[in-house]
Amino acid sequence: MITLSEFTKKLELEFEDIESGTLTANTDYRTIKGWSSMHALIVIAFIDANFDVLLSGTELKQTNTIEDLYNLVFQKKL
Amino acid sequence: MAQFSTSHISIKAVVTCVPKAVERSSDYNQFNEQELNLFVKTTGIKERRVASKNVTCVDLCYTAAEVILQKYGNEDIDVLIFVSQSPDYFLPASSIILQDKLKINKSCLAFDVNLGCSGYVYGLSIVASLLQSGHLKKALLLVGDKSTISTNYLDKSTYPLFGDAGTATLIEYDKNAEPWHFNLQSDGSGKDSIIIEHGHSRHPCDEESNILHEIEPGIKRTKKDLALNGLDIFNFALKEVAQNINSLFEKSGISKDEVDFFLFHQANKLINESVRKKLKVEEHKVPYSIETFGNTSSASIPLTLCFKLKDELKNKKLSLLLSGFGVGYSWGSVLLKTQNIYTNLVEHD
Repeated sequence: MITLSEFTKKLELEFEDIESGTLTANTDYRTIKGWSSMHALIVIAFIDANFDVLLSGTELKQTNTIEDLYNLVFQKKL
Repeated sequence: MAQFSTSHISIKAVVTCVPKAVERSSDYNQFNEQELNLFVKTTGIKERRVASKNVTCVDLCYTAAEVILQKYGNEDIDVLIFVSQSPDYFLPASSIILQDKLKINKSCLAFDVNLGCSGYVYGLSIVASLLQSGHLKKALLLVGDKSTISTNYLDKSTYPLFGDAGTATLIEYDKNAEPWHFNLQSDGSGKDSIIIEHGHSRHPCDEESNILHEIEPGIKRTKKDLALNGLDIFNFALKEVAQNINSLFEKSGISKDEVDFFLFHQANKLINESVRKKLKVEEHKVPYSIETFGNTSSASIPLTLCFKLKDELKNKKLSLLLSGFGVGYSWGSVLLKTQNIYTNLVEHD
């Protein structure tokens, strides 16, 4: 199983416009400078492609940090 | 379950007409630089064609149809179907106006179909069903939208996405043609994900219809403008499209490897690439037109055929998978074979 730290690094690679090292497990991702609904699409596509878990818009809205996202993905995978 | 096959039908010609005027994503002044880069990366859209105020989807489809009829004649068209969500009038149906404008015989049956992104595949299924008995021989399927009429410039979640296009497809009864296989689906629980709320029977236009609402920073629109929930649509597409296509392969007994090209509705590049990867299809088998024309609603599949596969369609026998999905939700796919198809891409002033 992928660790939280690996998950965070992998997700960060998806955001080409976000500076390397910006994301941590505790980052409230919506507060990242320039965050938009396009980033949300990238998150959903990333999780679907890598973990075969499809998050709805409502589920995504219930998360704030990268750790919340990570936990949600693996809760749904169980 | 709307999975079925039709026989004895073949496509003879596909022509697309787009407006001449180009709008570039980089010229859209509601984006900052970061937003622009992310928009182009995610959607793939670099530019779109936008029809002027006095040009409608009917005009674009008319121009496309004229190219076909000049080549093949207009004497024996039995069926004319117009698939669009931007007809000329509340009534009468635009298909009937087009029958007269194109000087097609009065013995032709004509009607409109109100569908968006799935419209081309649905249109093909209706034409195929009407023609396969052999009583009716020739059909003109006119498909497209002037989506830019309903997007608000101040709404960056819709305005830079859509382009205008009209298409015409000539379809004939052909007793030697191989069967077409369809899988069509609907889910009205997604009606609010892409909607124009005011201007029809449920909410006729009134003074409230013109009020500009700020939904969030950068997204301002009225109730008579197109509203789009990108996350919900994305979720719908990831959940349903690949499943629909895989089920079609399973039921038809045709293998994915037999297909030369997969033509997806040009929704946005991230959606389409996600579907492609789910299907495990190689990149070169999935042509795109979205970079140059944006999301052209029901016209996007025939537009991509004309824009990217002109020579292949003319010179080779091809096996194609076409898949349209979106507003409704409505979605569907068809597996079909083509041979010696005439295509053209023309511009409208």
